Amino acid sequence: MNFALFVQYALSGITVGSVYAIVAIGFNIIYCTTGIINFAQGEFLIVGAMIAISLSAVAPLPLAILGAVLITTALGAAVELVFIRRVHNASVVRLIIITIGLSILIREGMLHIWDEQVRSLPYFTGTDSSTITILGAHISLQVLWVLGVSAVIVTALTLFFRYTTTGRAMRACSDDRMAARLCGINDRWMVTLSFMLSAGIGALAGCVVSPITQTQYDMGAPLAIKGFTVAILGGLGNSMAAVAAGLLLGLLEAFVVSQFASAYKEVVAIVVLLLILVFRPSGLFARRGTSVRTA
Amino acid sequence: MMRLRIYYPVIAAAVLVVAMHLVLAATGKTYYMTQVTMSAYYALVVIGLCLLMGYAGQISLGHAGFFAIGGYTIAVLTTHDLSSYRESAPVEWLLSLGLLVQWQDLYGRQALSFSPWLAFVAAMLLTALIALAIGLPVIRLKGHYLAMATLGFGLIIYRIVLGAKIFGQADGISNVPAFNLIGGLQVNGRAPFRVQNYYIAWVAVLAAMVLALNLIHSRVGRALRSIHESEDAAHSLGINTYRYKLATFILSALFAAVGGALLTHYNGSIGPSEATVMKSVRYVAIVAVGGMANLWGAMIMGVLLNFLSLRGVFGSYDDAVFGAILIGIMLFAPQGLLRVPKLRAVLSLLPRREHG
Repeated sequence: MNFALFVQYALSGITVGSVYAIVAIGFNIIYCTTGIINFAQGEFLIVGAMIAISLSAVAPLPLAILGAVLITTALGAAVELVFIRRVHNASVVRLIIITIGLSILIREGMLHIWDEQVRSLPYFTGTDSSTITILGAHISLQVLWVLGVSAVIVTALTLFFRYTTTGRAMRACSDDRMAARLCGINDRWMVTLSFMLSAGIGALAGCVVSPITQTQYDMGAPLAIKGFTVAILGGLGNSMAAVAAGLLLGLLEAFVVSQFASAYKEVVAIVVLLLILVFRPSGLFARRGTSVRTA
Repeated sequence: MMRLRIYYPVIAAAVLVVAMHLVLAATGKTYYMTQVTMSAYYALVVIGLCLLMGYAGQISLGHAGFFAIGGYTIAVLTTHDLSSYRESAPVEWLLSLGLLVQWQDLYGRQALSFSPWLAFVAAMLLTALIALAIGLPVIRLKGHYLAMATLGFGLIIYRIVLGAKIFGQADGISNVPAFNLIGGLQVNGRAPFRVQNYYIAWVAVLAAMVLALNLIHSRVGRALRSIHESEDAAHSLGINTYRYKLATFILSALFAAVGGALLTHYNGSIGPSEATVMKSVRYVAIVAVGGMANLWGAMIMGVLLNFLSLRGVFGSYDDAVFGAILIGIMLFAPQGLLRVPKLRAVLSLLPRREHG
């Protein structure tokens, strides 16, 4: 493998990895406020991309993407208001089953709206053949879009959670919901907001990556698995570590594909997931002694 | 006498099975028996999963994987041609023991494969081994972690059967021979064998029910339920929770593998669609509809829902139906459909005033 090829694989790994990181952050946002792992997280990306594809037929691309993000955010709110809010004191198994059911319903809904066809958004700038050359590797302009948008999402979320009142209120809820409630924070609204936020960033990520990876109704589940792997790898709830873990998994996948048959690409993430669950369930970056086996 | 009472429903079920046969025969709808037979084999998976989910309280999103391990092991061993190894010592030894069978392939060539009995034993051993290897680390995990780990296991099995040449990739394996049981009975999907296979499948299901009922009414069953209620409390009473959970995991994997093995013989083929995550989720949905810790509910729903699905009643909404079932049951009737939901539970779903 020469250097240019190495850069090529590395960049493609980082691109996919940053999408995994966004999915993982979506998991984290909901997990922190509710303790729920939302198995329908991957579906948010696909719904977002699909809506944008449909809207782009009638509206300019930026408007279509904005519309898609807003509609998916509304879908996230609907999911919380209609389903999650209804269950009180539910066991973990019950919550898992509900979100799995949701993911199936959303997926089947998409199948009936958008059929099985593989679609994609147009490239944001230039065409699929316009590239720039970095260190001898040819990089599609869309890759820069993915990296840029991911960076913006991560930065914006960090600022939101650190400096805005709403963001701080959400963090307070994830630390101690009862205490937050006693401080006058409307914790139920924060839960709804967390679903909206993670649906919204999911939709945006789905739109940006759509020109590269294409979009099909059933691509949500594999994305969810990888996002979850990344979330666990970084330690559940730790969004900054999720970015690092996402890039790590993306790179790992890219180089496995470069060496082995791409049929086994899916297996990489799952093997990583099983290994990390067995050996370091609190994540790569967690301090020793913390245990999440009771989660 | 108390102990015998738990088996009365088994007798009632056996009577119902015969009655159903008579009704189908009288109405000239014996062709329904084919789907009932297939549903019964799927119900075996559900009964096993019910033990694990309802009684031991551990979720598995990978049971289609165990079903596939059972089915594919059978399919490979009974169809893989060993003729080219005919001269080798192990093959000759197996042949002399009567553990290999001669058959003719599509082109009339002589082929030599393992006998279904040997394949069945091998499938069970392999399933137990894999369940043990997976269960040892995974069963220590809880909640979301266990769900994702078993989901991951199921996905790996799916990828392997879809990717490996020996498993026929996307085509799966066909031409699996019939399984000759004792006295001329055989697991065979062709029309002349329809009635006897209907009974073979039901005997398998009812035997599984007796085994499962026996288990949950024993010391083991009480230990499992105490684990479900409160694992820490069970642990403090000296119950080796880990070992009980692991044993239940392996047992329920074996139930799934038996279902997979017999259905593969019955259909004469198996394909990767049997190993998908959606299949695993479907088994979970059925256990949930049955009422989680309710073996009879699981068995009845297992046969009923699979039958409806196989008849194509749900059309292109097949998967969506099971998704809706999952949500509906978990939201409105977590105790399952066969128990009347309490009025208060229904009322609590109506909109009410916010109070913090």
